[in-house]
Amino acid sequence: MDGFPILSLMMAVPMAGAIACLFAGANSARWIALIATLVDLLLGIMLWANFDQAGTAAQWQFQEYAPIFGRFAWALGIDGIALMLIVLTVFLMPICIGASWQAIQKRVGEYMAAFLFMEVLMIGVFTAQDIYLFYVMFEAGLIPMYLIIGIWGGADRIYASYKFFLYTLLGSVLMLIAMMWMVHEAGTTEIPALMAYNFAPGAQTWLFLAFFASFAVKMPMWPVHTWLPDAHVQAPTAGSVILAGVLLKMGGYGFIRFSLPMFPEASAQLAWLVWGLSMVAVVYTSLVALVQSDMKKLIAYSSVAHMAIVTVGLFAFNQAGIEGAMMVMLGHGLVSGALFLCVGVIYDRLHTREISRYGGLSINMPKYAVLFLLFTMASVGLPGTSNFVGEFLSLMGIYQASSWVALVCTTGIILGAAYMLYLYRRIAYGEQVNADAAAMPDLSMREIALLAPIAAAVLWMGVYPESFLAPMRSDIRALEARLAPAAPAGDSHIKMGASKPAGGATHEEASAHGEAH
Amino acid sequence: MIQLIVLLPLLAAAIAGLGNKALGKLPAKIVTTGALFVACAMSWMIFIPFVTGQAEASVTPLFTWIESGSFDAQWALRVDTMTAVMLVVITSVSSLVHLYSWGYMDEEPDQPRFFAYLSLFTFAMLMLVTANNLLQMFFGWEGVGLASYLLIGFWFRKPSANAAAIKAFVVNRVGDLGFMMGIFGTYLVFNTISIPEILEAAPSMAGSTIGFLGHRFDTMTVLCLLLFVGAMGKSAQLGLHTWLPDAMEGPTPVSALIHAATMVTAGVFMVCRLSPMFETSPTALGFVTFIGAATCLFAATVGTVQTDIKRVIAYSTCSQLGYMFFAAGVGAYGAAMFHLFTHAFFKALLFLGAGSVIHAMHHEQDMRYYGGLRKSIPITFWTMTLGTLAITGVGIPLVGVGFAGFYSKDGILEAAFAAGGAGVGAYYVGVFAALLTSFYSWRLVFLTFFGKPRWAASEHIQHALHDAHGHDDHDTHGHGSEHDNAPAQEDAGDEPHAHGAAAHALPTGTGGYHPHESGLVMLIPLVVLSLGAVFAGFVFHDQFIGAEGGMEFWKGALAFNSHLMHAAHEVPTWVKFGPFTVMAIGLLIAWLSYIKNTDWPQRFVATFGALYQVLLNKWYFDELYHFLFVKPAFAIGRFFWKFGDVGFIDRFGPNGLAALVVQGNKITRRIQSGYLYTYALVMLIGLAAAATWAMTR
Repeated sequence: MDGFPILSLMMAVPMAGAIACLFAGANSARWIALIATLVDLLLGIMLWANFDQAGTAAQWQFQEYAPIFGRFAWALGIDGIALMLIVLTVFLMPICIGASWQAIQKRVGEYMAAFLFMEVLMIGVFTAQDIYLFYVMFEAGLIPMYLIIGIWGGADRIYASYKFFLYTLLGSVLMLIAMMWMVHEAGTTEIPALMAYNFAPGAQTWLFLAFFASFAVKMPMWPVHTWLPDAHVQAPTAGSVILAGVLLKMGGYGFIRFSLPMFPEASAQLAWLVWGLSMVAVVYTSLVALVQSDMKKLIAYSSVAHMAIVTVGLFAFNQAGIEGAMMVMLGHGLVSGALFLCVGVIYDRLHTREISRYGGLSINMPKYAVLFLLFTMASVGLPGTSNFVGEFLSLMGIYQASSWVALVCTTGIILGAAYMLYLYRRIAYGEQVNADAAAMPDLSMREIALLAPIAAAVLWMGVYPESFLAPMRSDIRALEARLAPAAPAGDSHIKMGASKPAGGATHEEASAHGEAH
Repeated sequence: MIQLIVLLPLLAAAIAGLGNKALGKLPAKIVTTGALFVACAMSWMIFIPFVTGQAEASVTPLFTWIESGSFDAQWALRVDTMTAVMLVVITSVSSLVHLYSWGYMDEEPDQPRFFAYLSLFTFAMLMLVTANNLLQMFFGWEGVGLASYLLIGFWFRKPSANAAAIKAFVVNRVGDLGFMMGIFGTYLVFNTISIPEILEAAPSMAGSTIGFLGHRFDTMTVLCLLLFVGAMGKSAQLGLHTWLPDAMEGPTPVSALIHAATMVTAGVFMVCRLSPMFETSPTALGFVTFIGAATCLFAATVGTVQTDIKRVIAYSTCSQLGYMFFAAGVGAYGAAMFHLFTHAFFKALLFLGAGSVIHAMHHEQDMRYYGGLRKSIPITFWTMTLGTLAITGVGIPLVGVGFAGFYSKDGILEAAFAAGGAGVGAYYVGVFAALLTSFYSWRLVFLTFFGKPRWAASEHIQHALHDAHGHDDHDTHGHGSEHDNAPAQEDAGDEPHAHGAAAHALPTGTGGYHPHESGLVMLIPLVVLSLGAVFAGFVFHDQFIGAEGGMEFWKGALAFNSHLMHAAHEVPTWVKFGPFTVMAIGLLIAWLSYIKNTDWPQRFVATFGALYQVLLNKWYFDELYHFLFVKPAFAIGRFFWKFGDVGFIDRFGPNGLAALVVQGNKITRRIQSGYLYTYALVMLIGLAAAATWAMTR
């Protein structure tokens, strides 16, 4: 694969598809979009297969470089972290197209074009090696999302899309200013070079906060999360899937690509801020999720709680935490995407998101009930599903930094179980109280084809996560090494008892362990 | 072989569950039950060499699960004496329960799902007991929790069953919070989660201190207590016990398998598996003893006044688990495992017997409507009597011959006394609880099988008679045939009956109803389990708790204390006679109250009304938790949503900003007519252009 511009090709295919869709009729647009995303999925699998994940391999692979003008360059390249997020993106895209097959009936060509264009930009975000190229992709990626919510959304779509816009605008302005300062200071726009550049500690704090403003909104972290429930509620099903599945991961990707490696000292100094907001988010949004009567809002709030686990994992400053955070991102991408699809399935039949309008669906929709149960359990973080691996590693990572943060965030497993099982009970269990809900047919072949691959991936990731952890391992190890000098010491400080001098060796090992991580 | 034992149930569950309606009832039943009987046979083949002392512990690696830095969790199947004991318990009870369910669930339209859940449960439980690291144990731990959730809520149309299922899962998750924190801490301290490595390194950490939640504590105490919180959740110990009685909403075979014989004993298994670790922390062991003794007493008191036959047995289970825990707490891990082993047989027997009674009584579960059943269902009567003799620990002290519970329970009590300190307190509590055990167990037998029939007043019986006499009415009631599985569902039996539980206030009479003995598929498991209830103690006591035999049998699989077992045999004679005496007293009181002077219960209620109410309402734990946790969670959630998100963040954030923009620029119409996204687009393009200009100049 040497020299073959596979990354550019992966962006060119959906781009060409998007242009074709604009000029095609409704039905041909659907097929063009499906084929383009499937081709991209194949390319993504080839990318994964050809990615050299040996510890000795180069960190950045499949690099491409073409100067455009000035310092601005078409510089692409991926490491294992980006690879996994790209695979997630190309995996979810054909499913999104399939989910929109019948649900979208107006302006189909434009809709499909918006989706394909979004795929281009999302791949762009994860592959960009030029900081300005990243910025353009990062911000532009939201434009198709505004359009999707604003044109094909629900009744309150205008309010939702403008709220989405207001939040993200604020953050991105600050980030852009910070980026310009950094390029000026370091004299390069290349992300790998910036990741190795040591900014002065004083400057780091301001730069960190500027990036934080943008990433915290995208994440979203409490208290800048309120755009998410509205955006999800108003977005069409496929929009919600891609929003939860991929767009929310951009914030986490930003932290892992910019904030942590570029500003390690500031990250460590301000870790308390991230921890504090995350702890609040886990408890607060989980309790809010418990009282929702709208299915999509409930899942949206649960997303905020899950993303808080990502941020504590990242700011644990150790390998387990960061790998866990990545696994939560991947797992949540699949599971929340699947949950929104599950909501979409019954929304398409009854056109309401009110939980109380359903009930007893296990009786008339048994296949649906089984898949919905699987995704519910995955969301709850049952071992054997994707989310458990990530949540466990993240929380274990943060425990090494702070037992308090770990304790508060682990309560998420109790609250998560409460709100998800309560949701499942109201939808799938009980008597069939609503005649129209009782008359709904079970999953069609198309719907099974959308959900079954995600179910398989969720179990795969839960039982053999090594496939996903291996490509990222050396990159995360490098990141851990970069963070090590600044990483905060844990609060454990094991001290051996006076009566056991023989245990001295273990003591050395144990305390070194506690501090190094 | 061990791979087959573990994976056959999973395979069977997948076939039955995914095949479901397409597969049909009979193939699903054959596949799951067949797989379990094969697994059971192979388990005994593994267990017997351990009894004869020929087998060695082994670990069969499967493949990598989670690796992250120095963290390494592999899928592997460990077989040592503890695992072997659990294997036979799990597969034996599970295969018999599968068989029993052929008869018990016969009316049920959704059988493949039921059998798939049962097999899935068995798989998860096997993964738990074969775990070689803490994480795989946690996998099994949560897996059995899932199966328990699904089976408690099997009759998912019933609101009470759904509520019980969620309660079981969420309360268990509270325990799992402790378990997870315990794993985190253990990894931090030992840098591994492999059980053998932890147990080897544990003694070297004794006496060290660790920072936890801002304070300094003894390292091993912190770790053991965190892990024990997990055990308390799964084994329904005081404080986290509230889910177990409600779990009786599940079909009775489920109660026998999951909520008596296997899953609820997982906590005991965990403490015994990690016993070298617990041995390093006297504080943690003291706590285990205290919780065990407290649960043992608490649950026994509640068991004495319940009228629902399954709830009596559920509280009895809770109480017996308390015995196992305080045995572990005083260091008699062998005795704890022995009681786990014998209890599995006689408690499964009692539950399945109760199921047979319920089956015969057309789903009536309230013992106040039973009476005089011994002639109608003799085999159920005799097997349940054997189970009662086993649980009450009938046997001849000094000679040392008796039913299963005689060996294991007396072993626990003698070891507790011999251990001294808190153990002596536990002995007295345990003896008093044994009195209550004897009372409520015989009360159950007398109310059910003796006296005059009191069936006529039962709604279930009337329903049965009504159905039998008036088939024509049936359809006019609109019971759609396939939708009406209501008769197959069991009575919640949940509501404390305000009019008092005095059984004898009810009119006597059969109402013309003729209970029938259950079929062979239900009776065979009863008979097989009675063999266990009678002989399990006699046959295996030397291996499990013998001072020398135990050393050879356990081979270091748990921290077997030979000295303690020696001392337990040497306790004063009155200590050995204690349990026997109270057993006899309990039997006598039950006989006097429910056969001789049947007005005694009413007089007791009249005299001690307040005490009776406290016991009947289970010491008001549910009410307390509802008031402390459930209601506030919803109230706070609503508050955060309405006043936090909407009333504060949105009001002063985006909405406030928008209001400013609207007033300042008078672009109201633009926002309302939907042009904002164009506006946003222009702005972003402008920003990108500005950026480009800035960097190229």
